Amino acid sequence: MVLLPAFGYLPVLGGNTFHLEAWQTLWAHAGLQRSVLLSYFSGLITALEALFIVVLFLAASQGTLLDRAIRRMVSPLLAIPHAAVAFGLAFLIAPSGLLVRWASPGLTGWERPPDLLIVNDPLGLALMAGLILKEVPFLLLMSLAALPQLRPEQRVTVARSLGYAPGIAWMKCVFPALYPLIRLPVYAVIAYATSVVDMALILGPTLPPTLSVSVLTWFNDPDLNRRFMASAGAVLQFGVTLAALLTWWLGEQGVKRLCQRWLANGSRASGATAIAFGGRALLLAITLLAISALAGLVLFSVAGFWRFPDALPGTFTLDHWLRILPSVAKPLINTLSVGLAATLIAAVLVVATLEHAARYQLPAWRAQWLLYLPLIVPQVAFLFGLVVAAESVAIRPQQALVVAGHLLFVVPYLYLSLSEAYRRLDPRWAQVALSLGVPSWRAFWQVRLPLLLAPLLTACAVSLAVSIGQYLPTLLLGGGRISTITTEAVAMASGGNRRLVAVLALLQTLLPFIGFSLALMIPRLVWAKRRQMRGAA
Amino acid sequence: MKPRTTLTTAVATAMLSLALPAMAAPDPTDWDAVLQAAEGQTVYWNAWSGDSRTNRYIAWVSEQMQSTYGVNVAHVKLDDTGSAVARVLGEKQAGNMDDGRIDLIWINGENFAAMREQDLLFGPFAESLPNFALTHPDENPEVVTDFTLPTEGYESPWGKAQITFYYDSAQTETPPQSIADLLEWAKDNPGQFSYPRIPDFTGSTFLKQALIELSNQDDALYAPVVEAEFAEITAPLWDYLDELHPHLWRSGRSFPESGPNLRALMSDGELSLAFSFYPTDAAVAVMEYELPESVRSYVLEDGTLGNVHFVAIPFNSPHKAGAMALANFLLSPEAQAQKQSLSMWGDRTVLAVSRLDENDKALFEQGESHPSALPADALSNTLAEPHPSWMTALQDAWLQRYGVN
Repeated sequence: MVLLPAFGYLPVLGGNTFHLEAWQTLWAHAGLQRSVLLSYFSGLITALEALFIVVLFLAASQGTLLDRAIRRMVSPLLAIPHAAVAFGLAFLIAPSGLLVRWASPGLTGWERPPDLLIVNDPLGLALMAGLILKEVPFLLLMSLAALPQLRPEQRVTVARSLGYAPGIAWMKCVFPALYPLIRLPVYAVIAYATSVVDMALILGPTLPPTLSVSVLTWFNDPDLNRRFMASAGAVLQFGVTLAALLTWWLGEQGVKRLCQRWLANGSRASGATAIAFGGRALLLAITLLAISALAGLVLFSVAGFWRFPDALPGTFTLDHWLRILPSVAKPLINTLSVGLAATLIAAVLVVATLEHAARYQLPAWRAQWLLYLPLIVPQVAFLFGLVVAAESVAIRPQQALVVAGHLLFVVPYLYLSLSEAYRRLDPRWAQVALSLGVPSWRAFWQVRLPLLLAPLLTACAVSLAVSIGQYLPTLLLGGGRISTITTEAVAMASGGNRRLVAVLALLQTLLPFIGFSLALMIPRLVWAKRRQMRGAA
Repeated sequence: MKPRTTLTTAVATAMLSLALPAMAAPDPTDWDAVLQAAEGQTVYWNAWSGDSRTNRYIAWVSEQMQSTYGVNVAHVKLDDTGSAVARVLGEKQAGNMDDGRIDLIWINGENFAAMREQDLLFGPFAESLPNFALTHPDENPEVVTDFTLPTEGYESPWGKAQITFYYDSAQTETPPQSIADLLEWAKDNPGQFSYPRIPDFTGSTFLKQALIELSNQDDALYAPVVEAEFAEITAPLWDYLDELHPHLWRSGRSFPESGPNLRALMSDGELSLAFSFYPTDAAVAVMEYELPESVRSYVLEDGTLGNVHFVAIPFNSPHKAGAMALANFLLSPEAQAQKQSLSMWGDRTVLAVSRLDENDKALFEQGESHPSALPADALSNTLAEPHPSWMTALQDAWLQRYGVN
């Protein structure tokens, strides 16, 4: 559906033959090469940095109070939708933004904002910063979910008894075993970072923008003949994502070769302090940045007129909240109903698959990569085609179609979050239950599921957050009639009233936040008397 | 497949015959029949929703339509009209000829031209609306012309917009009164003005405004673009922009995303001069705490571009009667007066107010005026929009020259 117009075939616009004209127009478009390079590099660098920060933190963390506190602070960050993080960060680092306001005019002497190109900078640094803010909690969560089966404490203890510093011990003994388990989430991060649209619109470069933003603009262009070029662009975007993934894979092979020697060279302490310090400092910095970004949003949502360089708004008012709240009831209901429906169905599907694999002791599902296809193919590329396909078989846009569309994106995340926990659950619990004479479904329902309550709820919270944050699928598959908090926020963002946008972004953050809080609290309440059942934090 | 096709066809025909009165395109000239068919319908009005005041007005319209005509109006919020056009196109491509998702679109300019070219609109219907006569099209040709293209009844006028400049009088006391003045002002006040990034609608309008002034309203602008002459006619514009860009915000290396973003930048203290399509934008922003009270609005001394915005009905809408009833209500004096009120939205009326009867005229008397709003007499000098092909040509040329830096 996207491939056909890319090669010239779109009957409704008069394109009845196959030709390569669209590709020629695309290639001739000014700034295309820059856009492609921007998407490619921002994706790779984001993934590299995010992985680096997560790995450093895990190597440095020793189970102390500070480490556990940082870990707990990071998980809720996962709940903040991408667009909200982007808004908050844009306001934080802008030349007229929160940081400068707090520093001026006291430290800097500025009475007018400096004319610096920070947000929307041509190299995409602001975009990468925003992406890293979101991807670090995600990778951290995935790593924490995968760690326990490796018995990291034992490995590190053995290494330490041989004289290795703790950080180095972790890097040499645990990380090589951990990486294959988090490879798929890293790929998902690369795919997302190369094709992100909403963050790129807010933080990314503008002249020229990243490829995905260009493609979206072409799809929405009033000149309908642009549609061919847009389809070609979408196919190119897919190509760029694949190229980035391939580069990463090649990098993996290279690192494997190069680091064989380092693993066995016996150096026990070089770099240990750097790891210990850097690991904690970097993650703390990320968390503080994210919290400051949120603080900026909160301030704006209740701000009257806020003159530069005042540190706080001149007046405070609840007007903005009062104005938004009445119109937001229906979108909230839609968001929750679609999100809960998608999460529930996804949970049933994933748990059924995992249970089946566990019962028959099947190895990790080979066709997993199929599940991650919706995460890797850029949304812009296939959603338009999906709309036309649905229309052709007379499935009109409706809530059910939106739920189905969300399922496509929610299932991979749910599977990612839950599969390791499921696999590492000791199979002997179920075996004991079966040996006591209960049928398999009871062994599942009364033994396995309660043991997995905490990971299951966390996975559901992640998928709810993913569903809430979906914009293009809701808009296209719902025909514009299903309005969710995210569609409202994006529509309001085009109007530029930052205060109202801040209110909507905060509402958008609140819902997944509640989900995560419930995911943390419910196991504690249910297993108040059984501490071991509460699952890993 | 044969038996299933027959069954489906039978069921479809049965359902169609039951729903026939609503599905058949109503004849606009028989207004009573239209109103009767409209009752009980739900009209999905796709309208840009980036402004909460617009949304509030549309919500008010929905209430009125429900209580007066029994028509349920649902506001489908768009961040870009292009996505509605894309949807109708997609539906036509998939063969959906009578059950479209969109019943009414807030539209004008390029989008209208594109939909007409691809035969995506229902009509003509506008001239049959009872309230259309109140606009007096013979005296106000702008209500039947959309960017030099005659509407031919395929879209109904709704409101008026005009480029209005506004500035922070606390930062600058002598704002420029013409495009040439603007260059001098920018050199004296570097980094304090910018225009939205092409291909934004407001940004493209700035290009047209500049071109009209710099080429002394060349007649060629009101006819389709002629490739051979394009370079010659636009030469003064590119020279002007080449000179202007280094003195703009961020030295012209980056441009704000849209018209409303200009307002946000002024709110942040980054810009001290900006412009907007809505004459009441600055006043409304002050009322909503976005801009300081020292902001003032004005129009360039030789006039600025203005246009009318319209509503149109897609060819495959299943609720054409309801859509027409809505379009008619939007043209009624009480709806137009509400819209123009600063406490609701502030968008100007398309009706010829001086020709209304006394009761209706009184609705438009507004005691409220705001110091940041445009003075009432300033809107008489409106320049007409060039042909839509100029917009596309200018956008492409701008992107070619400045799209990469």
